[in-house]
Amino acid sequence: MLREDKLALSDDILMKIEKPERYIGHEVNSVLKNKDAVSVRFCMCFPDVYEIGMSHLGIQILYAMFNSWEDVWCERVYSPWLDLDKMMREQSIPLFALESQEPIKNFDFLGITIQYEMCYTNILQILDLAGIPLIAAERGEDCPIVIGGGPCTYNPEPLADFFDLFYIGEGETQYRRLLDVYKDCRDTGKSREEFLLQAAKVPGMYVPRFYETVYNDDGTIKSFHPTREGVPARITKEIQMDVTDTYYPMKPVVPFIKITQDRVVLEIQRGCIRGCRFCQAGQLYRPVRERDVETLKKWALEMLKNTGQEEITLSSLSSSDYSRLPELIDFLLEECGRQHINISLPSLRIDAFSLDVMSKVQDVRKSSLTFAPEAGSQRLRNVINKGLTEEAILSGAALAFEGGWTRVKLYFMLGLPTETEDDIRGIAELSNKIAATFFDTVPKEKRTNGKVQIVTSTSFFVPKPFTPFQWARQCTKDEFIDKAYLTRKAISEQLNQKSIKYNWHEADASVLEGVLARGDRRLGEVIRRVYEKGSIYDAWGECYHHERWIDTIEECGLSVDFYTHRERSLDEILPWDFIDCGVTKEFLKREWEKARQEEISANCRQQCQGCGAAKFGGGVCTEARSQVLVTGGSSERYEGKD
Amino acid sequence: MNGMKVRIKFRKYGPVRFIGHLDVMRFFQKAIRRAGLDIAYTGGFSPHQIMTFAAPLGVGLESNGEYMDIELHSLDSCQDAVERLNAASVKGIEIVSAKVLPDNTANAMASVAAASYTVRFREGRAPEADIARLLPEFLARETIFYTKETKKGTRELDLKAGIYEMSWDGRAFSLLLDASSAGNIKPGQVIEALLEQGGEKLQDNALLITREDVYTRRELTGDGGAPGDRRSENSREDFISLGEIGTLEIHL
Repeated sequence: MLREDKLALSDDILMKIEKPERYIGHEVNSVLKNKDAVSVRFCMCFPDVYEIGMSHLGIQILYAMFNSWEDVWCERVYSPWLDLDKMMREQSIPLFALESQEPIKNFDFLGITIQYEMCYTNILQILDLAGIPLIAAERGEDCPIVIGGGPCTYNPEPLADFFDLFYIGEGETQYRRLLDVYKDCRDTGKSREEFLLQAAKVPGMYVPRFYETVYNDDGTIKSFHPTREGVPARITKEIQMDVTDTYYPMKPVVPFIKITQDRVVLEIQRGCIRGCRFCQAGQLYRPVRERDVETLKKWALEMLKNTGQEEITLSSLSSSDYSRLPELIDFLLEECGRQHINISLPSLRIDAFSLDVMSKVQDVRKSSLTFAPEAGSQRLRNVINKGLTEEAILSGAALAFEGGWTRVKLYFMLGLPTETEDDIRGIAELSNKIAATFFDTVPKEKRTNGKVQIVTSTSFFVPKPFTPFQWARQCTKDEFIDKAYLTRKAISEQLNQKSIKYNWHEADASVLEGVLARGDRRLGEVIRRVYEKGSIYDAWGECYHHERWIDTIEECGLSVDFYTHRERSLDEILPWDFIDCGVTKEFLKREWEKARQEEISANCRQQCQGCGAAKFGGGVCTEARSQVLVTGGSSERYEGKD
Repeated sequence: MNGMKVRIKFRKYGPVRFIGHLDVMRFFQKAIRRAGLDIAYTGGFSPHQIMTFAAPLGVGLESNGEYMDIELHSLDSCQDAVERLNAASVKGIEIVSAKVLPDNTANAMASVAAASYTVRFREGRAPEADIARLLPEFLARETIFYTKETKKGTRELDLKAGIYEMSWDGRAFSLLLDASSAGNIKPGQVIEALLEQGGEKLQDNALLITREDVYTRRELTGDGGAPGDRRSENSREDFISLGEIGTLEIHL
């Protein structure tokens, strides 16, 4: 039997567990290398179940990038599901990487992407099963360097104990340099500590052990500073400014089992021009950088050919804002039509153009239309700077109903700053008006299903770092529940209430998400204790033990209220203040003030708001200049680039 | 345009034996695209490739004879299809042959009548019993009842009529079993019943099973054989491998 045929798990285990395909590797386009011929072994981890982790684009990009380097072999690992987790503990089976099926402990790096707060205990599960000490400072020279990345690293403090290193920002830019530093340290016999000290000087790298937090008596931060010479006090996010001439996976790994995002993903741009005040991604990934449309067309065809996928989707925070969208969609419609490939189009604003496109790619009778007004009244939509008016929603809905759609999904948040009962009733009233629009627009004889179906969903608002609401008070659990009841009651009082179905999220998890999102280093102990009490998969409702978290927070002498239910003062040192994501604190303060004045801000294309991201010198911030260039002829657009 | 039916024979072995039947189907849908085969699609908003599999293979089993019928609009040669599919496949899913089927051939799934298996015991999980002594008596029985566990409880099943051939060479069983949709029986059930006769229980996950081939009834192919014998005998001559049907020649 060839070496790569050997599986880490026995047949007995594989026959007993759910979906053994999660653990056997061998997927199309997964990369096998000769381990003796590479000098760095990197294991990339998404700390959730395979179907979720494999749907993540970022890992596919970095996997392709690492494996394009001859001296590096990058493999993957995901959280073992509960059934296997139990067996691995009982039988002391070390966590392994999918490609080589070898223990993670043997690797040089374990890179963990941290996409949401509710995966924090799964990070400890990964470390524990791999046989790596949970606390970074307790790791020996034989342990992999544990490095974190992803959106939650913009407030890495609750996880500071567990990581050797955080990479703040986009992975394309500094990994080569970091690995070279690592190789150099290893070749010259330097210790783990010495490597980390050098790594801390690489742009974008945060080595938490070289920093110290001092607290005030009231629990707020008194100071935060490096403890070693040469370690930067402030860390600026890394950003890939040229998003066209860069790494992108032309051969994404194709799983055997059906995963959440089971399609080719074409990332058309990064960042968002909109500036919704509740949205963290909209601030973190500034400025907007568009990919060249010709390159995207080429990539789409190549990825479809190399994967055999029957569906392609566009990825971005707001696809409608991509300037070459009509051209790209026309191209895909033609190519995909010929090849029997489905196109899925998320995050499109509903207008005549998008409805026309959607009617071509989906069955209008079966599909539903999605609006995300986020707040029920125009007043509150101004507070959150969601530039969607009731008029636009109703005219979009009317167009859609004329086009044959009968199902509408609406997404709102409850608990936004300044929210009143009127705003909540606005959710019910808007839902009702959309139903009324259907009956006004579609004559009786043309109502295919006879009726319209409005599904109104609310989630609870959790303030996030680096947003204008980072200072805001989060609602308590009871307030959340009261708001959901009020919404339900208001909907039941509407004329068209029979056409409206109302869903709301659980409040418990939103409370914890709020604690972790704006938490500090002291929460590390809470996370560790909760894990040791048996919690994993907190993101999965059925696995989440709310009381255990709340009790443990108290046990550790901390309080939920401190992290969530108080409004922070503008001069408080926030745990994430040492990170520079481009957007300045001054800008966020201005936006917070404007929110309270119910004033909207123009988007990046309409008028620069001076957020600070212009310092990266590209994307939408320099677009005006390139537009001047384009007027002379489209080929000039890229002439200024070298 | 009328397409041609092409029957693909493939093997499944090694780690990919843990891939379930539905996922093997999904795998081939994508492999066919990667291979650039000119496959026919159904209409509608979500067109599907025209594709039928013979008999689902259980998770964990290996096979030397799996079949899938597809409809192609065009084809350079059968060998070309095999090479392209193999280039688009993964280790452990190996395409053995492609053959063009006569237009009137029953589809792979509907025509399945029997399947042959090789069954071994895993190391350390062989029974105490002397199988060579147990087997003649087992095969001579009038009825072989087996209690099958279903979602709703248990069900008594007589395996006897479905065991067409069974032999033991001291290391492995060779089995030919009913695999039709009405009477399908599994090799594990047969071995379990055999050991039970000797008063022994089959150990957990004790068997290594390889499906060797899948068969249809010779009479269904128009290749009559000897009528009259087949109903009573159900011997290997009454069946023809799905892989023997069709030709390597392309006729459009």
